[in-house]
Amino acid sequence: MSAATCDVAVLGAGIVGAACARALAMAGLRVAIVERATIGGGATAAGMGHVVVMDDSDAQFALTRRSQQLWNELAPQLPDAVEYVQTGTLWIAVDDEELTAARAKYAYYTSRGIVAEMLDADGVARIEPNLRPGLAGGLRVPGESVIYPPCAALWLVNQALERNATLHRAEAKRFDRTTIELSDGSALIAGAIVHATGIGATRFMPSLPIRPRIGHLVITDRYPGFARHQIVELGYIKSAHGADKESVAFNLQPRKTGQMLLGSSRQYDVTDGTVQPHMVTRMVARAFEYMPALAALSVIRTWTGFRAATPDSLPLIGPMPGWPGHFVATGHEGLGITTSLGTAELIVAHVTGQRSSLDLNAYLPTRFAEVAHG
Amino acid sequence: MDKRIALTVNDEQVNAPEHCTVAAVLLASPGVATRVSVTGEPRGPLCGMGVCFECRVTIDGEAHQRSCQISTSDGIVVATRGNDSYPREHEQYLSEEIVNKAYDVLVIGAGPAGIATAVTAAQAGQRVAVLSDDPHIGGQIWRHDHAKPLGRFAADWRDRLSRSSAEWIASASVFASPKPGVLLAETPTGPMRIRADQIVLACGARERFVPFPGWTLPGVFGAGGLQALVKAGMPIAGQRVIVAGTGPLLLAVADYLRSRGANVRLIAEQTSRGKLARFAGGLLLREPAKIAEAAGFAWRLRGIPFRPNCWPTSADGEGHLQSVTLTDGSRRWTEPCDALACGFGLVANTELPCLLGCAIEHGFVRVDADQRTSVPNVFAIGELAGIGGLDKALLEGEIAGHVVAGRHDLAAALQRRRAKARGFVDRLADTFALRDDLRQLPDAKTIVCRCEDVTFEQLRTQPDIRTAKLHTRIGMGPCQGRICGSAAEFLFGWDAGSVRSPIFPVAMKSLAGGE
Ligand SMILES: Cc1cc2nc3c(=O)[nH]c(=O)nc-3n(C[C@H](O)[C@H](O)[C@H](O)COP(=O)(O)OP(=O)(O)OC[C@H]3O[C@@H](n4cnc5c(N)ncnc54)[C@H](O)[C@@H]3O)c2cc1C
Ligand SMILES: Cc1cc2nc3c(=O)[nH]c(=O)nc-3n(C[C@H](O)[C@H](O)[C@H](O)COP(=O)(O)OP(=O)(O)OC[C@H]3O[C@@H](n4cnc5c(N)ncnc54)[C@H](O)[C@@H]3O)c2cc1C
Ligand code: FES
Repeated sequence: MSAATCDVAVLGAGIVGAACARALAMAGLRVAIVERATIGGGATAAGMGHVVVMDDSDAQFALTRRSQQLWNELAPQLPDAVEYVQTGTLWIAVDDEELTAARAKYAYYTSRGIVAEMLDADGVARIEPNLRPGLAGGLRVPGESVIYPPCAALWLVNQALERNATLHRAEAKRFDRTTIELSDGSALIAGAIVHATGIGATRFMPSLPIRPRIGHLVITDRYPGFARHQIVELGYIKSAHGADKESVAFNLQPRKTGQMLLGSSRQYDVTDGTVQPHMVTRMVARAFEYMPALAALSVIRTWTGFRAATPDSLPLIGPMPGWPGHFVATGHEGLGITTSLGTAELIVAHVTGQRSSLDLNAYLPTRFAEVAHG
Repeated sequence: MDKRIALTVNDEQVNAPEHCTVAAVLLASPGVATRVSVTGEPRGPLCGMGVCFECRVTIDGEAHQRSCQISTSDGIVVATRGNDSYPREHEQYLSEEIVNKAYDVLVIGAGPAGIATAVTAAQAGQRVAVLSDDPHIGGQIWRHDHAKPLGRFAADWRDRLSRSSAEWIASASVFASPKPGVLLAETPTGPMRIRADQIVLACGARERFVPFPGWTLPGVFGAGGLQALVKAGMPIAGQRVIVAGTGPLLLAVADYLRSRGANVRLIAEQTSRGKLARFAGGLLLREPAKIAEAAGFAWRLRGIPFRPNCWPTSADGEGHLQSVTLTDGSRRWTEPCDALACGFGLVANTELPCLLGCAIEHGFVRVDADQRTSVPNVFAIGELAGIGGLDKALLEGEIAGHVVAGRHDLAAALQRRRAKARGFVDRLADTFALRDDLRQLPDAKTIVCRCEDVTFEQLRTQPDIRTAKLHTRIGMGPCQGRICGSAAEFLFGWDAGSVRSPIFPVAMKSLAGGE
């Protein structure tokens, strides 16, 4: 068996693996990337690509905020295919209760240096005239953006390859401490191994607390200017993280192409990726409650994707107990496009001992007992 | 026939004959651009049958309408080139009720195959509906001609259909199947949910296009495409037309265009003289009736040069087609012309069968002797089950009609004739197989995906269709790969991409009735 050697092998070239590979290569390590299928072809090919700061927990805020800053720093270098647009995010409140939530979010963000703006009913109507009249108001966060994830992953991989990383188009089949056997019969010997295999990570590490959570998306033909911001209902926070088996929320994204991309749905315990008509129905019905004019737009495709959900909605980043030399970078649920860059910073710190501005302990897989003692 | 319609096109009053399509009216100005592509190229109608989405215009404030599928009506307002507006009065959409229908047998597609099934099953007492996304029955070969009545044989079938108890549902596009036996269709009056015990798919075929430099210019049409547009009212008299590509369709198209006054300059058939001669020999032995048909064409086509071994290498012009460069493998020459009608064979419209889960083999739906697909209570007939023309389509339609009505004896009686018709299918495929030279036609900048303007250069290094799709956007446009998919299959050997509902673009409101 032929065996190549490297300092670190990154398994999986979704957005997370791609970002890790780039950061590790930039840190001067010899990186080998292993991807069994298309670069950015897993969950990364399904995600909306909203680069967004979230505040469900301080740890989530820290990771999303750092990552969002990194994306904005990269923006000038990104090729057209990455479709980066700084759309900003508009959080919509339908009633006083949600308006209160918007104010709390505003206070949290602005006290941490994020530019944000509270809008009343007229303010919302002025910046997004296709929203229905009579909404309570909203919160606008102008610095956030939208990207096209598969090409972002491809660009990150290419950046790594320019720094002498190698790409192995094969599946990782078996491991011992430092050797990876690949489906093409070759082997890789690596000083460290990063598992950035998305929901695939549980195949080798069944103790990781990851559940697939399917989401549906609907995309329209091109209607440039129909919406300008990524528009998200504030009820989204409740449904996204609620324990409901099945939920939908209004989440509309204007793409650089002029297309409107509509989310979102969340369901546990679905393993088949077939589009479920009843979920699409619920999603579009929800959207019409906010933006009735969507009803007339021409839809060209629907699809689904699986988020790798963890019990506390935080990713799993760090060394894996019982697997010396192995690190995991998975469990990014609905935020992995955003948090890929922050994750990469954490992985570099774990692998090289370099310092990170993020708290290394906040995302360790060992925070779950089944992993720590598994 | 003389009634005229007044419509507005780009702020000007236009008069047009009744029963024309909007595309045909627009094409009265030769080389007209219906839309601007995503990289800014002018584009005009290509396929004439609702699959390419190049003819999209804004009608009454609603963008992305396929002008080749919409008949003119008094007072409509059409705008070309801009494609981003949407109606603001949306309340009406939200209140639209879904219409529910139920039948014993639902036939999808109203070409000869579908008509034959509908007539046969209805006569046997089944409750039958036949629907099509066209406003008229006839499919491709018996397509409604705004200026000319149907031929005797076709009219006979049409009359049998209208005398039968079968219900005809016009302008309905099936876009989803929420569960087995239930289909959703979009119609001009709103969405429709149709339940049927048995479904007979007769969705027909579309043309295959081979990309070459300039093939995206307005004025370049499909061969069947130009015929369809002329039948729908596009004036062609006096225009210089070159017919190119492959297959018996080229002769039928040239014959038709000439009958409508076109100045057909050349028929360029890519296959070799030798293959054609063997094909003709086979016909003489096995299908004397088809020889008579061919002789009829030859007689009517007298004076039009027919060149085997000849194919287009580029189309040129400023903003619209002005000339075509052709080759016979050694020599290249340029012919000035107003329209190029080019089709490189047919590909079956397998999107709906794929959506229903029917097994596909070599691009066609796999069927048994009774026309059953791999999915219970779903049948496939006509071009879907193999490109073979009218006789085969009618026979398969009748067989399926008998089988759905439980008349297996009558179906069995037709199977021998169908076997013979299927022999013709193989000989057609062999004779008109595309030559390798055609793979060399695109240059680096030639667009392969017309919806998303993806070039040959961007694609040639891609390993497979899924990677190509995700990294270049090929196949992501409104036609969902119907045009670029078969081109990419030919150029790169890639399989077709995956099929999702909606299989046709539909208004988002139509998705609201999904359950
Ligand atoms: C509907 C939906 C909407 C979303 N919207 C957003 C959003 O707006 N913003 C946001 O930030 N995030 C969003 N996300 C989340 C985001 O898409 C994911 O978190 C992210 O793509 C995860 O990336 P990944 O690299 O971890 O996983 P993946 O993209 O799944 O990558 C894993 C890769 O590993 C490969 N692999 C697996 N096993 C092996 C093996 N043994 N050998 C070799 N290769 C292997 C796979 O082929 C795959 O390419 C959304 C997700 C969904 C489903
Ligand atoms: C931001 C964004 C914008 C998008 N915009 C558009 C758009 O405008 N138009 C559009 O049509 N789509 C668009 N897409 C959707 C995209 O092309 C896919 O539809 C999306 O990746 C969902 O995948 P799918 O399930 O349809 O993938 P499919 O390509 O249908 O694949 C489904 C699954 O089958 C497997 N598979 C498929 N083909 C193969 C093969 N050849 N070999 C092995 N396995 C295979 C793969 O594992 C894959 O997971 C967009 C996606 C994103 C993220
Ligand atoms: S040509 Fe329509 S999607 Fe490619």
